[in-house]
Amino acid sequence: MHRKLPLLICFALGTFMLVQFFVPHKASTALYEAILDWVQIIYAFSLLVGAMMLIKHHAVIASGRDAKERPFSILILMGITVMLVAGLFFGRGEGTVFHWLFQNVQAPMQATMFSLLSFFVASAAYRGFRARNSQAIFLLVAAIIVMLGRIPVGEIISSYIPKAADWILNVPSMAARRGIYIGIALGTIATSLRVILGIERTYLGGK
Amino acid sequence: MIALCFAIFLLILPTAAIGGVRAFDTPDDGGNSITVVWDTEPLRASQAEYVRIEIQRRVVSGSGWDDLGKIPIDDSVYVDDNVENGVGYTYRLIFTDVSGGAIIVDSEPAKSSPQLFNSRRTNVLIGVLICIVVLGYYFYRGRKGGFFYVRPIAGLQAIDEAVGRATELGKPILYSAGRGSMQRVATIASMNVLSSVATKAAEYNTPLLFPNNDPVVAAVAQEVAYEAYVKAGHPDRYVAENIFYLTDSQFGYAAAVDGIMVRQRPATNLFMGSFEAESLILAETGNSIGAIQIAGTDSTIQLSFFIVACDYVLIGEEYFAASGYLAKDPLVLSSLKGQDMLKLILGILLILGAILVTAGGGELLSVLEIG
Repeated sequence: MHRKLPLLICFALGTFMLVQFFVPHKASTALYEAILDWVQIIYAFSLLVGAMMLIKHHAVIASGRDAKERPFSILILMGITVMLVAGLFFGRGEGTVFHWLFQNVQAPMQATMFSLLSFFVASAAYRGFRARNSQAIFLLVAAIIVMLGRIPVGEIISSYIPKAADWILNVPSMAARRGIYIGIALGTIATSLRVILGIERTYLGGK
Repeated sequence: MIALCFAIFLLILPTAAIGGVRAFDTPDDGGNSITVVWDTEPLRASQAEYVRIEIQRRVVSGSGWDDLGKIPIDDSVYVDDNVENGVGYTYRLIFTDVSGGAIIVDSEPAKSSPQLFNSRRTNVLIGVLICIVVLGYYFYRGRKGGFFYVRPIAGLQAIDEAVGRATELGKPILYSAGRGSMQRVATIASMNVLSSVATKAAEYNTPLLFPNNDPVVAAVAQEVAYEAYVKAGHPDRYVAENIFYLTDSQFGYAAAVDGIMVRQRPATNLFMGSFEAESLILAETGNSIGAIQIAGTDSTIQLSFFIVACDYVLIGEEYFAASGYLAKDPLVLSSLKGQDMLKLILGILLILGAILVTAGGGELLSVLEIG
């Protein structure tokens, strides 16, 4: 029963979500919105579970013998404590400690991580565009045309370069992308149907 | 006296020239809405220069007219979303010209009601039914014990090798489901792959690290991994703390997983799920530590990043085929055959569509528009 009930709920809700797409009636829309609200409510509670999971995980490491990991876990636990105290006791609005820490510590760190992407793109592009065989040479030539077509110097060299770049993106590249989209869409439909019908039930786990 | 003269003037104005005002229940909606349409052609053809349209509404059994507002002169549709279902309403349009003259046209009464089926989505319904019938047929054949051949998928064949390599090197396996929530089909597919990977990790006694971006995914992953360890006959080797929630911040997650990679140096990185901009940050860091990397995602933009940074990539449908391929489940494999059949149908439709457009019958493709 402990497996049948979740499968039954999954079947009922999965079928409803499929059917409601075709039913504009207010009752259907209201139930759909209620389900989405419940997803948010469950997520909010799961965040609490997640926070506890995180604290437990790092508490184990902080009290362990792994010298390489320990300082980071202590730092995380300190960060959680500071943000928790600042948010709970001194408010979260503008001008508060919590807000200052978010703006001056967390936001710059996130921006730094995002900035790293440009270097990673450069190193990945270098590796990807190395002319190792005929296919790689083909890719390299296409990439050069697209890159030149996207910057003013391409237009200066020849007015055909931006046109060729657009053609590469809109015809062969788009055709390949649409082929992948079709495969993904069909895979998504088949997986959804397997989940709704209870054929795919790995996600249920079980102890 | 002036008002009386104006009223008489309005009454004697010809209404035949500008007409065609129709009020009707807004189709394919949830009710409480009436659509009013009128013909703007006579307005343009008229010698008088019309400058505004006013719209009024009256309950059929009532007496007074309620002002609903002014409408731009070029508009020919007004949707009244503030009506009661089952109550009859009459609409009045007052077309005023530049000299102050006006023409009044009333509509026939109309009632609003909710619909149970959105007829503009009939094409989607037909598509869904075709998918269900085709996949259902192959599920049936799979249940009857049919054999379905699946071509070798390099990325999935490499999972065994990748787990074995981690075991030989005595290093952990790092698994990431990216930024997808549990509602996403790609995350569900990721859990299926995780089950196979965890079974092998249990057999080889190799630590499996799974930092999560979503607490619900973390909880589900713990359950899935535990079941896999039990199935492998080694529940004692399961370490719940190795599957943990990190943060829901995108770059916070990327930074933390990068940190784990650099410090713990996993021999194998598996990226299976929905990824966004963090994909390349993770894959490039994994590449720099020399880990064997296998990725699978439904995010087409991230595929190109994974292709340059990973050793194997499951492209598109290969990713969704992974669970059936790894578990050799005939029912799941049967759906792959169904997918192939649907692909054939789509291919035929694409060819027919191309011929139709080339032959100048492109308007017929409007039946594919979704309402």
